[in-house]
Formats: sequence, C-alpha cells, structure tokens
Amino acid sequence: MSTATETKRKAPAGERVADWADGRLGIYGLAKANMRKIFPDHWSFMLGEICLYSFIIIILTGVYLTLFFNPSMNEVVYHGSYEPMQGIRMSAAYASTLDISFDVRGGLLVRQIHHWAAIIFLAGMFVHMFRVFFTGAYRKPREINWLFGFLLFVLGMFTGFTGYSLPDDLLSGTGVRFTQGAILAMPIVGTYISMFLFGGEFPGTEIISRFYSIHILLLPGIMLGLVVAHLILVFFHKHTQFAGPGRTNKNVVGMPLLPVYMAKAGGFFFLVFGFIAILSAIATINPIWALGPYRPDQVSTGAQPDWYMGFAEGFVRVMPGWEINLWGHTLALGVLIPLVLFGVVLAALALYPFIESWITGDKREHHILDRPRNAPTRTGLGVAWVTIYFVMLIGGGNDIWATHFHLSLNAISWFVRIAFFVGPVVAFIVTRRICLGLQRRDKEKVLHGRESGTIKRLPHGEFVEIHEPLSQGQLHTLTAHEQYKPFEIGPTVDENGVERKPSAVQKLRARLSRGYYGEDNQIAKPTAEEYKEITSGHGHH
Amino acid sequence: MSSQQIPETNLPVEQDAAHGAVEAAADPFADPGLPAHRPRIQDIDERAARRSERAVAFMFTLSMLATIGFIASYVIFPVDKIVYIWPLGHVSALNFSLGMTLGLALFLIGTGAVHWARTLMSDVEVADDRHAIEAEPEVKAKVMADFAAGAKESAIGRRKLIRNTMFGALALVPLSGVVLLRDLGPLPEKKLRSTLWAKGKQLVNMNTMEPLRPEDIVVGSLTFAMPEGLEEDAHDFQTQIAKAALMIIRIEPDNIKDKREREWAHEGIVAFSKICTHVGCPISLYEQQTHHVLCPCHQSTFDLSDGARVIFGPAGHALPQLRIGVNSEGNLEALGDFEEPVGPAFWERG
Repeated sequence: MSTATETKRKAPAGERVADWADGRLGIYGLAKANMRKIFPDHWSFMLGEICLYSFIIIILTGVYLTLFFNPSMNEVVYHGSYEPMQGIRMSAAYASTLDISFDVRGGLLVRQIHHWAAIIFLAGMFVHMFRVFFTGAYRKPREINWLFGFLLFVLGMFTGFTGYSLPDDLLSGTGVRFTQGAILAMPIVGTYISMFLFGGEFPGTEIISRFYSIHILLLPGIMLGLVVAHLILVFFHKHTQFAGPGRTNKNVVGMPLLPVYMAKAGGFFFLVFGFIAILSAIATINPIWALGPYRPDQVSTGAQPDWYMGFAEGFVRVMPGWEINLWGHTLALGVLIPLVLFGVVLAALALYPFIESWITGDKREHHILDRPRNAPTRTGLGVAWVTIYFVMLIGGGNDIWATHFHLSLNAISWFVRIAFFVGPVVAFIVTRRICLGLQRRDKEKVLHGRESGTIKRLPHGEFVEIHEPLSQGQLHTLTAHEQYKPFEIGPTVDENGVERKPSAVQKLRARLSRGYYGEDNQIAKPTAEEYKEITSGHGHH
Repeated sequence: MSSQQIPETNLPVEQDAAHGAVEAAADPFADPGLPAHRPRIQDIDERAARRSERAVAFMFTLSMLATIGFIASYVIFPVDKIVYIWPLGHVSALNFSLGMTLGLALFLIGTGAVHWARTLMSDVEVADDRHAIEAEPEVKAKVMADFAAGAKESAIGRRKLIRNTMFGALALVPLSGVVLLRDLGPLPEKKLRSTLWAKGKQLVNMNTMEPLRPEDIVVGSLTFAMPEGLEEDAHDFQTQIAKAALMIIRIEPDNIKDKREREWAHEGIVAFSKICTHVGCPISLYEQQTHHVLCPCHQSTFDLSDGARVIFGPAGHALPQLRIGVNSEGNLEALGDFEEPVGPAFWERG
C-alpha cells in the first residue's frame, strides 16, 4: 500500500504535516470554516484587539517577573545597588522589586511594559465596551458575550489592584489599607473577612503572598478562560457590521482572515507591543523606588490609585461621613454606601442589554450596528453613565485637581457631590437633543441632498445653494435603520366589555417604551413617498 | 507616474452607471448591492506593487537590525549607567536602549505586515452568509427526544429517592471547601479594641527613639510617637504601629474647646491616634494656626482643638484621644489604652 502511494507522488512536507495533524485533530474541518472567514473593516473594531494583545503582553511579561519577584513580607535590610535605600528596613517583596528595577538587566523595562500594558488593557476594555454599547452590538445574540466582556473588565480592575499592591511600597500599601478599611465597614461580616483575608490584623505578614496567588493564578486563570470564550463567541456569532450598500443582517461583508486579517490583526499585535515597549522606554510608570517601603504609620501626599480604580476612590472621597451607632453596633454608611454604589454603577452596565430588550420586546438577531444617533435614549443613557464615571474620577483625584488648578478642595468635593446627581441628567438631555438634531440632519440630507457649497444665482436675482442628490448607496445607508413603535398596553376593555387591568410592570414598560421610541424621542425617517414627492420635477431648488 | 504607462489590460473596466437603477425606481432607498471594487495603484501598476514590496522588506530588515541592537545594548550598557537624553532628562541607558530597540523591532514587524496587507493583498470585499444561531425545529426536536430518552433511561424522574439524596450530597460536598478556609485567619474577638498603649507606657519619639519630655513639645509643632518597648525589628512591628501610632501637639490650654480633651491633656499637650477613622490612612498634614489635621488620602479634616471632631471629609467620627501624664522621670507617659477602638469603624465597634 505504502509503496503504491510513494510511486504516485510525494506530497510537500507542509501538506504531510497537515495530513498527520488532520488525522488526529481534524484540522481540515476547522480550517474549512475559518481559514477564509470574513471580517468587516472599521476602525472601531480594532479596540477589542488592543485589549486582547495587551492581555497577551501582560501574561508574557508577568511570567518573566515571577522569575525574579519574591512575594514575601519577611523583613530584610536593603543592600542592593540603589543608593538611597541602603540599609533601610523593608519587606522582601519591596526589595526584590528594587532588584528587578536596578539589578536585573532589562528588568525595569519588563516591569514597565507589564504596568503600561495593564493600564492600556483596562483603558482598551473601557473604550471597547462603549463602542459595543453605543452601537447596540450587545443585542441578541451577543448578550452573553457582553457579560463575558463586562466580567473581564471587573476582574481586570481587581487583577490590576492586586498587581500594583505586590511591590509593598508606601503608595500601594496605603491602597491596601483603604481596602481593609472598606471591608471593615461591611455590616456583621466585615471584621471576619478582614481577619481571614489578612491572616489576622492589618497588615500582618500574609497579604502580599495571598495577593500574589490571586494576581498571578486565580484571577488571570479565570480571565484567560473568559477571553477564550469571548473570542469563540465572536467567531461563532460572526462580526457585526455597519449598514451600507450590500451589507444586510444576513451577511457579513469584508475581507478574509487568510491572508488579510492574518496580516492586519497579526501585525497589529506587533504594533501594540512595539508601542508599549517604546512607551516603557521613555515614560516611567510606578517608580516604587521613589516611594519607599510601606509602613502603616507613614503616607505620602497625592496618593492615587491606578486610573481604573479612580472612580471607586471618588465615591469614597466625596461621601459624607455618615455613621449610625445603635444597639452597640456601628453602621459606617460613609464607607458602606460608596461600596454599594460601586457595585450598583457597574451592575447597571451589565444588566442594560436585558433591560433594553425587555422594553423593546425585540427577540430577533441583530448583526447590523446602530449609529449612536439613531438610538438617542440609549446613547443618552450611555453618556450619562460615562458622566458619572468621570465625575467620580474627578472626585477620586480631588487633591490633584486642587493643587494643580489652585482650587478649593472643599469646593471640588461639593461640585462632585452635586454633579453626581445633576451631571448625568444634563448629559442625558443634551446627548439626546444632539442625537435628534443629527437625525434631522440625516433626514434633510436624504430628502434634499448634500450641500454642495456652490451658489447659483437665479434669473430674478435670488441666490440659492445647489444641493447634490445622494447616491443610492448613501440613501440606503442613511435610511437602513429600523425604528421601533412604542409598546402600547392596548385597550383596557376587551371585546366582551370586561375591564382588564394592566399590571404595574406593563405600565412601566409602556412608559419606558414611550421614552425610548415616542414621537418626540426619535425623528421619523424619510419615506419613499416623501422622497419621490420632493425629487419629482419641481421640488429641486 | 502617469496612467499612460500602465498597460491597458490592467485598467479597471468602466463602472456600471446603471447599477441598481432598476430597483431604484420602485424604492429609492433600496440596497444597491456591493459597490464595484476600486483598484489601488498597486493592483494596476506592477512598479507601484514592487515599491510596496521593497517598503515592506525594508521594514522587516530594520526590525532585524533593531533586534541585533537590542542584544548589543544588553551586552554594552552597564545596568546602572545613567545618560542624559533630551527631552527625557537623565534616564537609564539600558532601559532606554532596550525599550527603543525592542519597541522598534516589534513595531516594524507590525507596520510591515499591515502595509503588506493594505497594498499588496487583495482588498476585494467578499460577502459571507450568516446562518441563524437558533437550531432548526427538527434539530431541536431530536435533542429534546434524546434528552427525554436519556432522562427516562436514568429513571431520575421516577426514582425520587436517588434524585433527592444526590442533590443533597452535591449540595453538601462544597461545604468541605468552605470549612477549609477557616484557618485563613483568627476570629476578630476583641483584637481591634486594644493597642499596645497601657498605663505607664512612655511616649517615644518616632524620629529619635528617645522618650518624649513635655518641654520637647512646642506650640505649632507636630510630633509622632509610639509606645516604649516596640522595636522596629519586632515581628509584629507593622501590625502594632498600625494601631498605636500617635500624634502629639501642644495647644494653649485656654484654646482647647473640648472639656474632656483638656482633662486628658498634660499642660496643653494632647495625644491623638494618628490613624484616620475613615479607612485607616495615617494622618500627616497639620495646620498650625487652626490646629486642624488632614488625612492626605481622602481629605478628612479633624479639629484637634475641639476633641478632634470631623470638620470636613468622609470620616465618620472623631480621632480617639490617649490620656497622658508625666512620670517620675519627667517623661510623657500613657495613663491607659485608648478608650475606644482606633482606626476605621466596624460593625462591632458600638
């Protein structure tokens, strides 16, 4: 048998390797479906890639750092090559971080790439998440992938926090103290959780090694699983696309994975990695040597967490110090309420897709993205959320704002307290108005054409601007979006004259639906009749 | 580069102007279908394509050189060499050169690959069909039937005793894991209620490690103290100092507004816990004129001339005061422990 094949022809080496693998893994079946898989092109689809690549960079550099880092709180006296710390008492964790920074060749670079990549990872997830939000990409069938992404964002925050706490420097130790204080504020269980987490009283001798296993094993392990699941779902659902000529809800238009996206996406990994490496060469991040080792009775001014923890910090800083003492117990609302708000604000983001689909009652698959203007209420809510987030970032950095802009700290705190309530409302109203204005402009453009900038003088002396009609592709793009009708409760009296009481839930849904899709809350898109009436003959200027 | 030099056969065919025009009559907004492909210069001019090829190869070559530069930097620059580089200032030569060479080596692979994809690989858009995620009804029916068959064969519905005990066993077994966590730490008990301070313990200056005397404390200065006997190399130093850290100031007794504060002071010398009652940061900023202290973490502000009550910020209650006096040697000493727990509030604080 084998001699017979050999005499026929010998397949190239690559094909023989592939044959071998196919016989064991079935790779031809996989490749058939995926090798020429089509991906649509849009700059905003790159944002998720930045997250994926920075995550890979974090894992690569993180493994390197574990080879040198010593996650121990044993006290040592420093005798390394960084002069200002000579003879100072510090934990082995801090000392080994100094060694990585000053004695391991390239150690500082890898540390800085690790930290910059983490900051970019979180920022990338934030922007990617809002790309998905504002274009409605989270709608069916992608709600679960939205939740996976949300979990990655939240876990990323805590992985970042446990990571920057590891060097046991004065700044990060202060952050750990803050966390312990917040844990203590939890009613009933607070002191127990604190004792169990720290292995006794704060700071004890355990927390760094415990954070270490959480930071390098537990959280990244879960995140790696979620990233894989996230990507599998992206492949399975196929990518969303914006409306345009030839692009429908039933197809996906773009270029194939092999070769175009293999090169573009693969190349983009190197671009992201290269950018972060250069950033780490020229911009210092977290100079722990300037901060000194942690001591619970010392602190530096201007203490700030990494940016993604800033909004939680904001809640804690601007909350009035309410405290209730009753029946021998203390309820530290001043800390507990920020803790709860932190969870509620994040949970709102996680739940939004389900709330919206309940209001619309739309159970169809959506693969065409919305332009943010065509979903004014959703866009308004998104901007309101972002407003809360950034108001709280201001609150979290109130001392920085005060010292850099010579403002009163008290005034900033009061501004943030008021803006927490007023800001999102104003942002919502303004955003929705802008969206409706843009919808009107689109309608105008469809019906009357594009302003050409050319002025024509008519025989009787009047000046008019020439409007150029849009191409059919443009007309289609601007009118492709769907518009919902608000949900009606229907007649409250049925055909037999029996009165039917709509439930409170139904009433709420109808109210919300009017808010989303009522007459004043979206601009009816132009109809073919309107268009024909205006464009037929005399309609033109 | 004029188009006359491009072979005629390479030029695109004229675009169909009437594309989609038939449907447009019926519906002006109808989808005209994918627009025709617009060729790039590289598609029709082989010389442009060759220029692109050279550009890509150039970037890949530069990347190779950058990697060699990385290895050279690693060998050449000592780890502690500092150089001046405008506009960065004085930076580590090794960190800068390694980062720049590694960054360039990576970045140039990226630009090369992207340039290759954008100029030389086909940019013809292709449409792929989507298929509904939901299963066809026949598939669903088959799955339901299979499931029913499996459930029936297991008899899980009929033999309730098995089912219920299995659920019970599965529900209980994770408890072992919870129990195992018990030894993560001790129970809180009264640990948060006491510090190292006790009657007769002298106040030791944190900077000089000498016992403090009343004459050391002058109006307008802030002194940090810890209890005598606590050594910096003690295994529990961090944990003890986290509760016992003290700040001491002197206020003219007449300027102390709070009656108890005046009684617990010694000739206007007052000792308060340094640990903020908000979330436990050490307080370190002192305003001499007003006797206000500020926590730099969350800006809680306390008035040390009025029982250290909160006058601004998120802290929930005043800083605990330590009762002090002078011993026979003329040193400041504690007259007992704090009467309330120091640091952040907690449920059992009361």
